[in-house]
Amino acid sequence: MFSKILIANRGEIACRVIDSCRRMGVATVAVYSDADRGARHVAMADQAVHLGGPAPSDSYLRGDAIIEAAKKTGAQAIHPGYGFLSENPDFVDAVEAAGLVFIGPSAKAIRAMGLKDAAKALMEDAGVPVVPGYHGANQDPAYLADQASRIGYPVLIKAVAGGGGKGMRRVDDPKDFADALASAQSEAKNAFGNEAVLIEKYVLQPRHIEVQVFGDGHRAVYLFERDCSLQRRHQKVIEEAPAPGMTDEIRKVMGAAAVRAAEAIGYKGAGTIEFIVDGANGLRADGFWFMEMNTRLQVEHPVTEAITGVDLVEWQLRVASGEPLPARQEDLHINGHAFEARLYAEDVPAGFLPATGRLSHLKFPDGARIETGVRQGDTISPWYDPMIAKVVTHGPTRAIALRGLEAALVDTEVAGSVTNLDFLIALTRHEGFRKGEVDTGLIGRDLDSLISSSEAESATRALAVIGLAGLANPEARGGATLWQPLRRAIAWDGGEAVLEVLGPGAARVTLDGGTHDIRWQGDRWWVDDALRRNRIVTHDTGVSVFGGRTVHLTPLDPLARDISAAGGDALTRSPMPGLVKSVHVEAGQQVKIGDRLAVLEAMKMEHSLTAARDGVVAEVLAKAGDQVEAGAPLIRLEEEEA
Amino acid sequence: MKLKSQALTNSDSFRSNRQAHLALLATARDAAELSAAGGGQKAMDRHVSRGKMPPRERVANLLDPGSPFLEIGATAAHGMYDGAAPGAGMIAGIGRVHGQDVMVVANDATVKGGTYYPMTVKKHLRAQEIAEQCHLPCVYLVDSGGANLPNQDEVFPDRDHFGRIFYNQANMSAKGIAQIAVVMGSSTAGGAYVPAMSDVSIIVRNQGTIFLAGPPLVKAATGEVVSAEDLGGGDVHTRLSGVADYLAEDDAHALALARRAIANLNRKLPSTVDWQSPEAPLYDPEEILGVVPADLRTPYDIREVIARTVDGSRFDEFKARFGETLVTGFAHIEGCPVGIIANNGVIFSEAAQKGAHFIELCSMRNIPLVFLQNVTGFMVGRKYENEGIARHGAKMVTAVATTNVPKITMLVGGSFGAGNYGMSGRAYSPRFLWTWPNSRISVMGGEQAAGVLATVKRDGIERSGGSWSAEEEAEFKRPTIEMFDHQSHPLYASARLWDDGIIDPRKSRDVLSLSLHASLNAPIQPTRFGIFRM
Repeated sequence: MFSKILIANRGEIACRVIDSCRRMGVATVAVYSDADRGARHVAMADQAVHLGGPAPSDSYLRGDAIIEAAKKTGAQAIHPGYGFLSENPDFVDAVEAAGLVFIGPSAKAIRAMGLKDAAKALMEDAGVPVVPGYHGANQDPAYLADQASRIGYPVLIKAVAGGGGKGMRRVDDPKDFADALASAQSEAKNAFGNEAVLIEKYVLQPRHIEVQVFGDGHRAVYLFERDCSLQRRHQKVIEEAPAPGMTDEIRKVMGAAAVRAAEAIGYKGAGTIEFIVDGANGLRADGFWFMEMNTRLQVEHPVTEAITGVDLVEWQLRVASGEPLPARQEDLHINGHAFEARLYAEDVPAGFLPATGRLSHLKFPDGARIETGVRQGDTISPWYDPMIAKVVTHGPTRAIALRGLEAALVDTEVAGSVTNLDFLIALTRHEGFRKGEVDTGLIGRDLDSLISSSEAESATRALAVIGLAGLANPEARGGATLWQPLRRAIAWDGGEAVLEVLGPGAARVTLDGGTHDIRWQGDRWWVDDALRRNRIVTHDTGVSVFGGRTVHLTPLDPLARDISAAGGDALTRSPMPGLVKSVHVEAGQQVKIGDRLAVLEAMKMEHSLTAARDGVVAEVLAKAGDQVEAGAPLIRLEEEEA
Repeated sequence: MKLKSQALTNSDSFRSNRQAHLALLATARDAAELSAAGGGQKAMDRHVSRGKMPPRERVANLLDPGSPFLEIGATAAHGMYDGAAPGAGMIAGIGRVHGQDVMVVANDATVKGGTYYPMTVKKHLRAQEIAEQCHLPCVYLVDSGGANLPNQDEVFPDRDHFGRIFYNQANMSAKGIAQIAVVMGSSTAGGAYVPAMSDVSIIVRNQGTIFLAGPPLVKAATGEVVSAEDLGGGDVHTRLSGVADYLAEDDAHALALARRAIANLNRKLPSTVDWQSPEAPLYDPEEILGVVPADLRTPYDIREVIARTVDGSRFDEFKARFGETLVTGFAHIEGCPVGIIANNGVIFSEAAQKGAHFIELCSMRNIPLVFLQNVTGFMVGRKYENEGIARHGAKMVTAVATTNVPKITMLVGGSFGAGNYGMSGRAYSPRFLWTWPNSRISVMGGEQAAGVLATVKRDGIERSGGSWSAEEEAEFKRPTIEMFDHQSHPLYASARLWDDGIIDPRKSRDVLSLSLHASLNAPIQPTRFGIFRM
């Protein structure tokens, strides 16, 4: 076993690898970019080496610098994690040339799987099913019809030069093939000037099921499958193991195919064989086809670990250090069911836009496995994947594991950035998903309802108002008045509510045209006589309410208008009698707060007159050389729009 | 020692007492709501349409969210001036800003333009008096046209009239008690001195105006035509005149500036008493309404009230076996140590001596005093006069008058005659004086007063040989009884600011606690008693 390894990665996966190393007594070396100086993975490692600037090309993709760091620190092996250099065969070659061990497959295996078409051919030769299709030059209609029959209906006719659905036809019945082909060809010719088509198997209800394999360069075993069908734009959102509806028989067939694939290339380490599966009428032994192989540890490996009890990182290290496969196929069993949800800093309603921010509050529940590379106070930077954490739950049945995931997400608290937390919670409550009816189109079909159900209802916002008012703390709940309660405005960035404190732990909040009675009773919040799971958290960027629907309110600084008040309205005046030395702006010019507008010479001193606010110069009322009185208007900005 | 209640909360008398108290409470609540409504909906709509916040919302937005508000004179001027000045056109009270107790005095411009009626002046001065005694920073939310001219004779000339406001401001400022004005509307004529005499003043742009004479008067006097804003608006006063220090964009901004000014006062509470962890009473304060008889003439044990007021219902009763009509003892209210002096009947010589003794104890130990007043007076009759009840009563009155520990008085029943003095009535400058809706206050009971007058009359008639029938006597007594009834009512009393307000008896603990907390903003000075007539 190695005594020290270097982890050529960052974030949660670097932390994950360090965790296993620590347990195994292997010392760790972290690497980091400028953006990650204070990152969690750096804090966790025994040693850390700085690589360069925040851009991956200046840091985590600099193979030479990483190898140099490993040599300098005496690391014997390099764990690549996922992403970055993990599937770069040249890097593997360089690592080995430097006399170090690459914890992963050989460069040859990576290359073999790197070219998709060649990989498919290789798999076909190894007897692994690939998506059937005809991509040849023969465009004779009768020949193409034969090919379609060979592939098996339904099929998809696609223009070779195609795009945007033009020249594409789905054919379910052989008798319709000729007509469909003709219309597709004519459409393709009109649209692209090329009537050539290809024919592919049409997968009705595609599911993404992948098989975890592990090889030692000679033999391989499979650690069962994962279902990653819940995707949005080819990005996995929630993964699970085993796949819903999977039978032992199909599992064995798929597993055997995956092992054949791995052994065909002498695979060493952890790898994943991805299959596209036809989920239309239940899983079938002849209904799965090879898509590609990922020659690395996958993001979603924890669900496999949860159901098999195997530490895949430990296996990686053991096999890389020369041990044979730690287990035989017959030693591996499935125990229960596991889910993983990927918690991201992203704006779901805005189209899953990646977000950034400082995590002013971060709290994870007990009872779930959390893989994270950040801590409270850390920043999600724009440089890297905005993943905050993976929340992994395990249970004896799928239903229990899924309820566990829901509960864990409800109890998760993140503030400082928008996240997909509410979206994930909505997914765990999706009826079809609950029933195990998953396919890659689910999120796209139901996106609207998944997002709208994650919108905050006004009762939750009312709780946030309690937080903004500083009344979330039990010590602070007073409000005694002799007769009627006081009515007070509570304003935030984007709204305002009226607060009436009715007594200790009781208040009434009016917002969005409705009124909510809130009370604190039995250490829980009640809104309109309903018990809520919500927690109100005050942190340095505002107030957040968690527990199913997340609400963040940022307080308004009521004094933020000070500057315009101090500077008068739109007018910059001469503060004292003096000589206008110079004017630096002209009408129509855009100025920012603090910009120099003019210089006044008075009392033997030069005074810079600066813009009191952002705006556009409406008028210059003085010119250089003017002698002006105190209070004389010099520059006028255009009125701000209300 | 934990008090043990003897009350039967499921008895008929408990229920009927409760019903009677709730009816009295409803009357008081109606009066308070009338005051809070100010000049009515139309005036309020006009006020708000000018971009102004309703006066009570100004107060609320000045205070911390969730701050308590110990309102002073909530029903002042109730039934006076033909109902023209609900709340005397002013909101006053103690709330918290950045956790600090402050006295807020806010004009209600929806009531006759916020002009000062005699009761408005009295309320303003009372608020200042409390602030001065308790060392509370004052925030004046100014929106007033100044003195109410038709009432000028009762507003302007005397010692405790309008000018006293500024005298108080100057003298509080001299004592380091911050004076902060927020001009949110008119601040005219004499009223102009409120911001001018303040340590810090804030004015709202296009809304606040400060001038000795408004545009009409200026035109009449000199012919000059000038707009209110140019004469004394926010821009003028913060840029040219220096009468105001901060220019605010609107009410909300102005109140935020005032809050910041309070935050920057660099105040520290003096060390006074040894606060304990607060503890709720064992008995629910809600039960006060049932345990206290609705009829003042029905005696009851005042310990039933104490048990529902003090922390853990714990009461260290002092001299329980001596002078039993006066209950004295030590307790805590929301963690604050207090000495409680409470009536359990008419005051006898022994009770008066015990009271004086107990006040000496609390004064020596810097323990604030709480008086629960339900007293028909000192005992009368030959035996008592001859043993010198006046001498013993004088001891108690001397002690009450000269002690320097904070005194809080609460009228929980009758307040008659010299009993009022011995139990720290208004004349004895308790820091606060609160009253329950069932209380009555007068020099003596109406029956007794009418009886005295009738006796004198009958003597006169009979001396001159005439005769006076019982019917005639009853007819003679009726108006006196009616007058006493009317004038001893708490609404009548509170309207005239003989007290600081009527309170819900169930909130007694809150009110006492807030009063104590406010009082303890000021250091407790050592006491030097007068001569006790021994």
